[in-house]
Amino acid sequence: MSSLFGASVQRVEDDRLVRGHGAYLDDLGHDALVAAFVRSPFAHARILDIDVSAALEVDGLVAIYTYEDLPGRIADPLPLLIPHPSLTHGRTPYPLAKDEVNHVGEAVAMVIARDRYLAEDAADRIDVSYEPLPPVVGLDAARAAEHLVHADVPGNRAGNEVQEHGDAAAAVAAAPHVLELDFEIERSASTPLEGRGVLASWDPQAGRMLIWTSTQTSTGVRAAVAAKLGLALADVDVITPDVGGGFGVKIMHPWPEEVLVPWAAQLLGQPVKFTEDRREHFIASAHERAQQHHVRVGFDDEGRILGLDVRFWHDNGAYIPYGLIVPIVTSTQLLGPYKPGAYRVEFDSLYTNTVIVTPYRGAGRPQGAFVMERTMDAIAAELGLDRTVVRERNFIQPGEMPYDQGLIFQDGRPLIYDSGDYPALLAQLKDLIGWDKFADFAEEARSQGRRVGIGLACYVEGTGVGPYEGGHVVVETSGKVKVATGLTTQGQGHHTVLAQVVADELGVRLEDVEVVTGDTRRFGYAVGTFASRTAVMSGSAVALAARKARAKALRVAAEAMEASADDLEIVDGVVRVKGDPAGGIALGTVAVLSNPLRYAFDDAAQAATQFAGGGDLNKPPIAEDDEPGIEGRGYFSPVRSTFAAGMHAAIVETDPDTAEVTILRYCVVHDCGRLINPRIVEGQIHGGVAQGVGGALYERMAYDDEGQLVNASFMDFLMPYVSEVPPHIEIGHLETPSPLNPLGIKGAGEAGVIPGAAVLAAAIEDAEGIPITSMPLSPSDLFALRRTRETES
Amino acid sequence: MTDREELHEVQLTVNGTARRARVPARRLLSDFLRHDLQLTGTHVGCEHGVCGACTVLLDGAAVRSCLLLAVSADGAEITTVEGLTEPDGTLSPVQQAFADCHGLQCGFCTPGFLTTITAGLRANPEPELEQAREMIGGNLCRCTGYHNIVASVLRAAEIQREREAGTEDGRAAGDRREQEASQP
Repeated sequence: MSSLFGASVQRVEDDRLVRGHGAYLDDLGHDALVAAFVRSPFAHARILDIDVSAALEVDGLVAIYTYEDLPGRIADPLPLLIPHPSLTHGRTPYPLAKDEVNHVGEAVAMVIARDRYLAEDAADRIDVSYEPLPPVVGLDAARAAEHLVHADVPGNRAGNEVQEHGDAAAAVAAAPHVLELDFEIERSASTPLEGRGVLASWDPQAGRMLIWTSTQTSTGVRAAVAAKLGLALADVDVITPDVGGGFGVKIMHPWPEEVLVPWAAQLLGQPVKFTEDRREHFIASAHERAQQHHVRVGFDDEGRILGLDVRFWHDNGAYIPYGLIVPIVTSTQLLGPYKPGAYRVEFDSLYTNTVIVTPYRGAGRPQGAFVMERTMDAIAAELGLDRTVVRERNFIQPGEMPYDQGLIFQDGRPLIYDSGDYPALLAQLKDLIGWDKFADFAEEARSQGRRVGIGLACYVEGTGVGPYEGGHVVVETSGKVKVATGLTTQGQGHHTVLAQVVADELGVRLEDVEVVTGDTRRFGYAVGTFASRTAVMSGSAVALAARKARAKALRVAAEAMEASADDLEIVDGVVRVKGDPAGGIALGTVAVLSNPLRYAFDDAAQAATQFAGGGDLNKPPIAEDDEPGIEGRGYFSPVRSTFAAGMHAAIVETDPDTAEVTILRYCVVHDCGRLINPRIVEGQIHGGVAQGVGGALYERMAYDDEGQLVNASFMDFLMPYVSEVPPHIEIGHLETPSPLNPLGIKGAGEAGVIPGAAVLAAAIEDAEGIPITSMPLSPSDLFALRRTRETES
Repeated sequence: MTDREELHEVQLTVNGTARRARVPARRLLSDFLRHDLQLTGTHVGCEHGVCGACTVLLDGAAVRSCLLLAVSADGAEITTVEGLTEPDGTLSPVQQAFADCHGLQCGFCTPGFLTTITAGLRANPEPELEQAREMIGGNLCRCTGYHNIVASVLRAAEIQREREAGTEDGRAAGDRREQEASQP
């Protein structure tokens, strides 16, 4: 249909970044004062006293703030972003702890000084007296509720939700086969290479606040800070600079620091900056993933699921500012591409004295996929069926689309899959990895004393959730096209893919399009970047905006050329009669013509003078329903989410002595609708798979019984290096366009990570013959499982 | 009031330019480059020498600037990511390779990879696939899964050869070569 949509063009972002000319948060504000924080060393304690006297001596100290210094709404608890009827006991932190701390790393005091070294000197000298309280660490302790995180929250239960489609208990009871299964996933975290950071500058003359923050939602931070400081929204702007990765953690907002730093900047009349260090990121941002599941599944002789009854417990950490989104996503997306006869899911979201839990890439889906896919494998094992056959028999068929799962999704709307072809994906995956030929390979390997196994895992990902995004396109008189959308970017190549969309829609060259994201000065209405939604939401919005700009350009040009707009086209930035490369008017000139105030400042304006004059002198220069300029503003607000899907397969080898797991092959087939830029999509898959491998085999947050995170560094938290990631990821694409947006896109950002734990567990189980029910799985864990089996047999 | 910190004079060459500054003894080289010299291309990802984002070339060797004190770099010749670009503004082979091969996403870890690979290719201008993986084995990236970074190493070696032979054609052939090498 078009030349740039679907092309693997090089990223427009890269030239600046490879030269070292990026501008990340800590690269800004060289003259700003710097904040450091005193953070709780206890997981649960009462604050008895804060003595700052020794700190006052430190050279370069500007100010120290504790809870008692916070005025007005800043002294209130931070907002509960996403309330929900099932969230009956929502608790959020104060920006600085009031009376009690609930996790190691909770901010207790803020120090402002001339530089970070001095700020930390002062922070070290602040003496906080605590009375330790018994901490609640891990889901077992939270469920037992012998101690409470919040004294007024019985059972440590923030919320409980049940969803049911059909009568699952009855269906399980009536089924010819029933299995009861338990699964567990531990904590990991987004862990971008750049942590959080915020810089604020208050202009007392103008009464305006300017904030730069490393966020996934600049509009969210803007609204939060305006409300907390009692400023009009129009007097606060938030700019997202280059962001060094997000993966979910930076959608959480406002962080305590995002409120406190602007407040201090206003109070002190000087710019103030906070840059999180690595240890702070581990203990003071957010984690995800920890859940325990109990599954009862009833199925027939063919492996068809008649009833699925899932009860699970979700660890939400010390507070729950982001609401129940993660467990709601788990509970709904667990179903993947399948259609059980009946489904019931119930979860408790539980407080623990650990870092808060907010979405990390996948946002509850990896846990759901793990539980569902492990259940599928258990059914196959029980019936002696091939694992792919059991899945095929439970798939929703293409002819059944759109398919209503009978549940309510994370956006509060019905869980209705828009499109997809799961049998085709599975066929493609089996072909790619050679599923049917694996038995021969395994036999040969076994004869050499090697242990190999194969596994697969499927997922469906609700992407592109609403409520909306907007886009603005304006053609400058130079012919350059400026595009703005309000959501933010963290490395996904949005500037490239959005430029591809606009260039195609408008008929201009890619190099003439410049995209700005996450700057409220350029676009004030936006939601943010999460849920693999940017291509769907902002892609559609800028396309709609570009179509409006194009229609306007054609109308203005038609008038000047005395032609019908229907007979015109725009090619390489020139409006011309269709099929006639000679003649035509450059788009920049059209932009001049669209504006009656036409001082000949630039070449385009001078060129436009040949078209000047004319018009009806008895009418206003701009018609009542018209505007100057070639501009378009578009909003896209879908009725519900799109649903991308995919399937991964892996072949692993386990070391008979050391229990080390080596991934021999890793194959991905996926369907994210129409691809704007295949190379960028594949880059997203590579990164997602690496995080999936990390989550499956290496990454865990190691809390001790006292609630100390004992591996809060890159030395001890085993984020994969290149040596841990499969050297080759084989990828196949399937494109079933979504009917829910003008471009047929579904979104691809998170997909790569979702089935990682499930597929590797399946492959290891196949190699070892030991049920794998808990992830991550270290060599020591596998070794222990082998020991247990030997002891039992 | 505690005493003001004693300052020490540091003289060094950064990206070919002589620089002089007075800094406290505890000032890290990474902070010195970023905040005193405002060369913010060098990034800090972990502050304990594990992630490699802050890697710079010190007298030609790749070192972690977060593990060095600025005063200990006195007299040294430092190259940061900003200094990799050719004098005429052309991207260096490694920089060009990253753009060719989609070797970066958020770009935060990238300067450390670029300096590390620059030093690595000086030591081994024609790495095989396994050597390319080894070359970047000490740097963390959370975005890319490393696949396209490995391809970038191979492509950079290729660009170097092409530039020496005067035949650079802008193809991302390193990517293809890596793909071919990947067939089991």
